Amino acid sequence: MFKLIGRRLIQMLLIILVAALILFVIFDTDDFKKRIALAELGNFGVSTMTEESYQDWLAEKGLDIPFYQRFLKWGGDVLTGDLGHSFEKDTAVGPLVLDRLKNTGLLALFVFALMIPISLTLGVLGGMREGSGLDRSLTFFSVFTTSIPEIATAIILTVVLSLGLGWLPAKSAMINGFDFSQLVLPVLTLVVYDFGYVARMTRASMAEVMTSQYIRTAVLKGLPYKRVIMKHALRNALIAPFTIIVLQLNWLLSGVVVVEVFFEYKGFGKLLLEAALFGDIYVVQACTLVAVIVAVLSQIISDIGYTFLNPRIRFA
Amino acid sequence: MAGKTNGAANGGGQTPVLECRKLCISYFTRAGEIPAVVDFNMTLMPGEAQGIVGESGCGKSTVALAIMQYLGSNGKIVSGEIFFEGRDMRTMSEEELRDLRGSQIAMVYQEPMASLNPAMRIGDQLSEVPIFHEGASPEEAMERARKMIASVRLPEPNRILNSYPHQISGGQQQRVVIAMALLSNPKLLLLDEPTTALDVTVEAGIVDLINEIAAEFGTSMIYISHNLGLILETCHRITVMYSGEAVEVGTVNDVFDAMRHPYTRGLFASIPLPGADKNSHPLIAIPGQLPLPHERPTGCYFAPRCDFFVAGTCDTGLLPMREVPGDDQHFTRCVRFDELDWQESLGKGISQDVTPPGDVVLRVDDMTKHYEIEEGALFFAGEKKTVKANEKISFVAHEAETVAIVGESGCGKSTFAKVLMGLEDATSGEVLLGNLELGDLPVDKRNPETISKLQMIFQNPFDTLNPSHSIGGQIGRVIRKFGVESDDEKVEDRVMELLDIVKLPRDFAKRRPRQLSGGQKQRVGIARAFAGNPAVVIADEPVSALDVSVQAAVTELLMDIQRENRTTLLFISHDLSVVRYLADRIIVMYLGQIMEQGTTDEIFAPPYHPYTEALLSAVPIADTHVKKRHIVLTGEIPSASNPPKGCPFSTRCAYMIEGTCDVTPPPVRDISAGHQIACHLSVETLDAMEPVIQLGAAAAPEPDVETV
Repeated sequence: MFKLIGRRLIQMLLIILVAALILFVIFDTDDFKKRIALAELGNFGVSTMTEESYQDWLAEKGLDIPFYQRFLKWGGDVLTGDLGHSFEKDTAVGPLVLDRLKNTGLLALFVFALMIPISLTLGVLGGMREGSGLDRSLTFFSVFTTSIPEIATAIILTVVLSLGLGWLPAKSAMINGFDFSQLVLPVLTLVVYDFGYVARMTRASMAEVMTSQYIRTAVLKGLPYKRVIMKHALRNALIAPFTIIVLQLNWLLSGVVVVEVFFEYKGFGKLLLEAALFGDIYVVQACTLVAVIVAVLSQIISDIGYTFLNPRIRFA
Repeated sequence: MAGKTNGAANGGGQTPVLECRKLCISYFTRAGEIPAVVDFNMTLMPGEAQGIVGESGCGKSTVALAIMQYLGSNGKIVSGEIFFEGRDMRTMSEEELRDLRGSQIAMVYQEPMASLNPAMRIGDQLSEVPIFHEGASPEEAMERARKMIASVRLPEPNRILNSYPHQISGGQQQRVVIAMALLSNPKLLLLDEPTTALDVTVEAGIVDLINEIAAEFGTSMIYISHNLGLILETCHRITVMYSGEAVEVGTVNDVFDAMRHPYTRGLFASIPLPGADKNSHPLIAIPGQLPLPHERPTGCYFAPRCDFFVAGTCDTGLLPMREVPGDDQHFTRCVRFDELDWQESLGKGISQDVTPPGDVVLRVDDMTKHYEIEEGALFFAGEKKTVKANEKISFVAHEAETVAIVGESGCGKSTFAKVLMGLEDATSGEVLLGNLELGDLPVDKRNPETISKLQMIFQNPFDTLNPSHSIGGQIGRVIRKFGVESDDEKVEDRVMELLDIVKLPRDFAKRRPRQLSGGQKQRVGIARAFAGNPAVVIADEPVSALDVSVQAAVTELLMDIQRENRTTLLFISHDLSVVRYLADRIIVMYLGQIMEQGTTDEIFAPPYHPYTEALLSAVPIADTHVKKRHIVLTGEIPSASNPPKGCPFSTRCAYMIEGTCDVTPPPVRDISAGHQIACHLSVETLDAMEPVIQLGAAAAPEPDVETV
């Protein structure tokens, strides 16, 4: 078990190094450097600049040294806890990313708290009696909600709940500090989009378990139906969806760009998008770092959980 | 009333444990109603053991599930009655059924691994039964489970209770399932092919256990199997089923020795009993194949395959069961049973001359195959474990000879086939085909000629044909690949020729595998293997996945083609009855090593290797006149990654000499030219062994127990 985790962590380190290096190479082009200059000095400022003063500006920003030296310096800084400086927002990257991550984490927490119970319950109920009316309507409903893109769901919900009924604010920028009501729409959008997927996975897994021979054994042992479901079917049925649920964690923490941008929610995905468009190299690097760590950690959690649920692959 | 069961005859004092009257069960699919069981009758008295035999699809498992009232959402009892201790089970509520299941009626299943919950400890799975049926406390229930585990002869009950199913062997799993069934001391035990998934020596132990349980607890049993030999060893009465109908019912001795239905007779003629021999006394296959449920003829379902079919008599209406006169316990569904001469011999089949073996074709010399398993580590190699899959295998095979390799699972017989086929490299030693060394020549480096010289017939015909290509296309491709023919027309001709050889209609060339039955698919597999005129064909359990009545036909076909082409056949099997029938020489393997080799007669007569002795005793024989010495091995087959130090068999051997067998590998003793036994026992001791199987002895359904 520890060997596996160790191996995963080493993999993580390698991925980070390679990804960072690639990013430094990509953002080393003149085009991106110019873009930073444009944004900082304005169109007029750049056009009046001489080649010499542009070089001075680059030197001031630390962009004149070759990318591999910057890569090495960045690596050393990260080890001391310094993630660099944002060109765009003109602040230290570390606290900035942390703050955004906290916001996204909050969003993910609510989405999980709502989605997991809903989708597992529905999935188990559907799979328990495959082909029943409940099962069929659940399947239809979940395919329906999952097939609508997030952006469309976001628009529909905004139009109905905010613009139409006026129950909720349409934007979630939270300019005056944290406001729970502003969190509702993004959470709802994500839950509507994602629950169907997890529910259908759970349903398929449950349906398969219900046809297995050990369920037949349990029924023919004369156990009450409730006991058959709760004790024999449930745990085995949750093995497959578990991995998928943990992967949702990864998706929620680093990939909900659309929803965050749409609702102007100051989250991690929005930060990454803005930084990438701006060429804000150190923010992009920090975000990548976080994304890789989240991905690998969720993978490790899923591995450990899997071995816990499935004794057949428990490690010695 | 012809449909009345035999129960009336002895039903005086006691209530039968189970009574099925005119039971009809159907499955409802999109294609409509499919009758799975038609007019099934059975009366089971307390303490009685009844067997149900039949081939796949004959409805025997459906009967068991119907008794359990567990037919799934699309199965239904259409008519008839099932009484359990006089109570009609069809009118019981779900709650009443739950009370019966697992407490009064318990079931043991075919695949123990799949029947146990993989994510629950065995102790928890067992203790559920007393907790839910008798309201026992968890501690009390666990204590009962512990006692029951001990009484099904499992070692270290505490360890077993704390294990998950995958941590114990298949035989142990089946003992756990049996323990689970017995926990509440049921009145009726249903056993659905309980040993089919197990090795023969393990099977013998389970059969022993079942017989002891019957004696000790007085449980009534219904034993479902396709193996007539097992029924003989466990049951008093037998029901023979064919295509959804019981065709013959009677005591074991009646049905085995005085059968009154052509199907039963055909079944016995097509299984290799001692005395059958491929040359002088070949098997007689039942022609044709099982009809699909919607293709059943009117009248007798067996009619299209029956030699005694008479139009106007056999094909009218539903045929009732008839009582065989002079014997109130014997019933048959055959209309003509009193017209037929049952004493008349079935004929002997066409006897063949013995084919003299030719030159040495294949020579295997000290062939060894080890696998290294690495214990995973970060970047550095971890501890290495060696699995000795094959250890110093040496033998020769001649032209036109059949050499059988016999052994239980894990004995290395499949690894050996892989090395021969070039799917694995030999670790050391030589494998010579003619003059060509094959041991380190992987299949992708062999030229087409070598590949076509050495072909294989696989165990499972269902998975080895590509479902998206036609039969003709698949055989034709092989012909081109082997360079036999390249011209399209000639390839076509050769395909037709091969189809003729395997006795399949020529228009099968255009069919796809899913349109073929199992036996037909295996014929295609044989045609494919013989496409390039091979010198050596490895047949890995070629008939074990087929139905009994089809097995004989495929076996005979294989023998005929071999005789014709003077092919060397390496026949890999665990089934000693088949091997005795068709092999010229036999190699007995255990844990990767050859324990004994010699001609078929030498292997089946003393002196034996102790393992051969146990193996011979373990194989059930469906003949009431055979007297067997009863030897049951204890313990499990050791793991090949951690074999015993000295002789691999020393952990289970009854003759084990402490300080010798468990320390030093056994010497190979030459008993006579070609007959070798790897054993520490002196030749005198080996010579003094008594024969395990004796033919022609008086009928002895209960053999003497000589537990080792």
